[in-house]
Amino acid sequence: MKAVSIYPVSESALTICLGNELNAVVNDRVFRLYNHLRKQVNPFWKDLIPAYCTLTVVYDIKEMRKHSQSAFKWVSKQLKEAIDQCDDAGILPSRQLSIPVCYESEFGFDLKSLSKAKKLSIDQVIKLHTAQTYRVFMLGFLPGFPYMGIVNDKIATPRLSSPRKLVPAGSVGIAGNQTGIYPLDSPGGWNIIGRTPLQIFNPRVSVLTDTSLLQPGDEVKFYSITKEEFHSFDQENFNPLSA
Amino acid sequence: MSIEVIKAGMADSVQDTGRFGYQHLGINPSGVMDQNAMKIANALVGNPLNEAIVEMSFPAAALRFNSPAVICISGADFTPKLNGRNIPVNQPVVVTSGSELKFTKMMHGAWCYLAVQGGYELTEWLGSDSTSTKAKAGGMEGRFLKKGDIISFSKQIKEAVTKVFPWRADVSEFYEPAPMKMQPVRCIQGNEFDWLTKGSQKDFLKHNFIVSRQSDRMGYRLEGTESKQSKKQELLSTAVSFGTIQLLPNGELIALMADHQTTGGYPRIAHVITADRSRLAQCRPAEKISFSFVDIKEAEALLLKQEQSLSQLQQACKFKLREHEL
Repeated sequence: MKAVSIYPVSESALTICLGNELNAVVNDRVFRLYNHLRKQVNPFWKDLIPAYCTLTVVYDIKEMRKHSQSAFKWVSKQLKEAIDQCDDAGILPSRQLSIPVCYESEFGFDLKSLSKAKKLSIDQVIKLHTAQTYRVFMLGFLPGFPYMGIVNDKIATPRLSSPRKLVPAGSVGIAGNQTGIYPLDSPGGWNIIGRTPLQIFNPRVSVLTDTSLLQPGDEVKFYSITKEEFHSFDQENFNPLSA
Repeated sequence: MSIEVIKAGMADSVQDTGRFGYQHLGINPSGVMDQNAMKIANALVGNPLNEAIVEMSFPAAALRFNSPAVICISGADFTPKLNGRNIPVNQPVVVTSGSELKFTKMMHGAWCYLAVQGGYELTEWLGSDSTSTKAKAGGMEGRFLKKGDIISFSKQIKEAVTKVFPWRADVSEFYEPAPMKMQPVRCIQGNEFDWLTKGSQKDFLKHNFIVSRQSDRMGYRLEGTESKQSKKQELLSTAVSFGTIQLLPNGELIALMADHQTTGGYPRIAHVITADRSRLAQCRPAEKISFSFVDIKEAEALLLKQEQSLSQLQQACKFKLREHEL
């Protein structure tokens, strides 16, 4: 692996930077390292936060200082070793998910302005958004919020100049070459083009892996549904893995 | 055994030291704004330092004790009154059943903590009692406290008279004497510090900033000199932490606090060291702060020293409580 840099983001967290671009190759490396570290039993690593090109490790400095006068140096050394060990760790497990989206204007607040700005018909925008398979690069911002890409340049659009005070849960948006789904009601500045009836985040389920529907590494394809299908959507009997 | 909220405050919630291990799902740690105050309050009543606690800002909630308890108030001084009479902060107090606790006037600080001996009985979410108002989970149904809430606690004490214990925590090691907050808040340099122009790099260390009124548990906006980015560069979203100072597109800085998001895409200028997070958290809107840099080694040493002081305080309090058979 080349171009690795390590820097602190607090005195109890450091970031390993594996690149500076939005692409699957770098993100694969991040997740190979993430999965490698997850498998190691180290109760003093309090959090592992994978992002597009970086992996951040949050640690307990009191424990780390038992090994060295500098927790930062010691953790850096551990992680450099981990990077060497997991270089050929193979392919990431990835699931294929299909997610229904209703692109009606009552849900897709910014669909019209986006189609105008991009000189496309609304149908063309929907076609372009549903044509691609998107990779979940990372979760962040809100619990379960998937950062996905890469959106076709023809419909890639910068964030709104002023964010909305309330974006309803389920809203599907575009920001630059990224697409995402708001799991919860939240303020937000992404261009909203539709809404999924699917619950993306549920804090009340018993199995942790089910709290967030989407996981990094997942491959997501959207498909268009009608307003009637949106309203009669049966969450209980829907499996996004087989749809 | 319980406390009843008889009047809601502005943004009061149940918090502990945070929910770690789930940031890869976008679930942020939350937790108290001022960990030192929380630990001091817990130490004074003989609790484990990390026991969950009620955190209040001003105007704070009014509370009624439905059973006798040993309590301690720490952090900000909102002039607590028990049944109309002043009680001190940083000192344990025995309260009787039916007692009412009110906070009447803001003296100093932004966040006040109420510990109860034996700890509160709460329903954990993902291993923590911290309230996540974003996920609407944890603490009291994932929301701020409201009128009528009953917060249970586990320790039963015999009916007693109201009493203030004679020992008090010396907090001068953790905070400057109010209202003087002249010491700079110490930071380590952020990875994108050199994205600032040379002038703005100097300004960051030279000038005072003012905590904006648009500040909350998510972040403190810092008003002052406009920080300029030397060139238009985009940062791909990456992890941030409690204390990270980000540069916003309008030239303003924002210090991320306990309810910060897990990742962000704005340049990270600096990270407030953990040992100084409590001082930063206790800054109220319109208060002035300045920043200085230390290296990572010093930041580690300062944090360890602070943790050591807190555990010494805990030991001393345990001894005192044993003397009083509590």
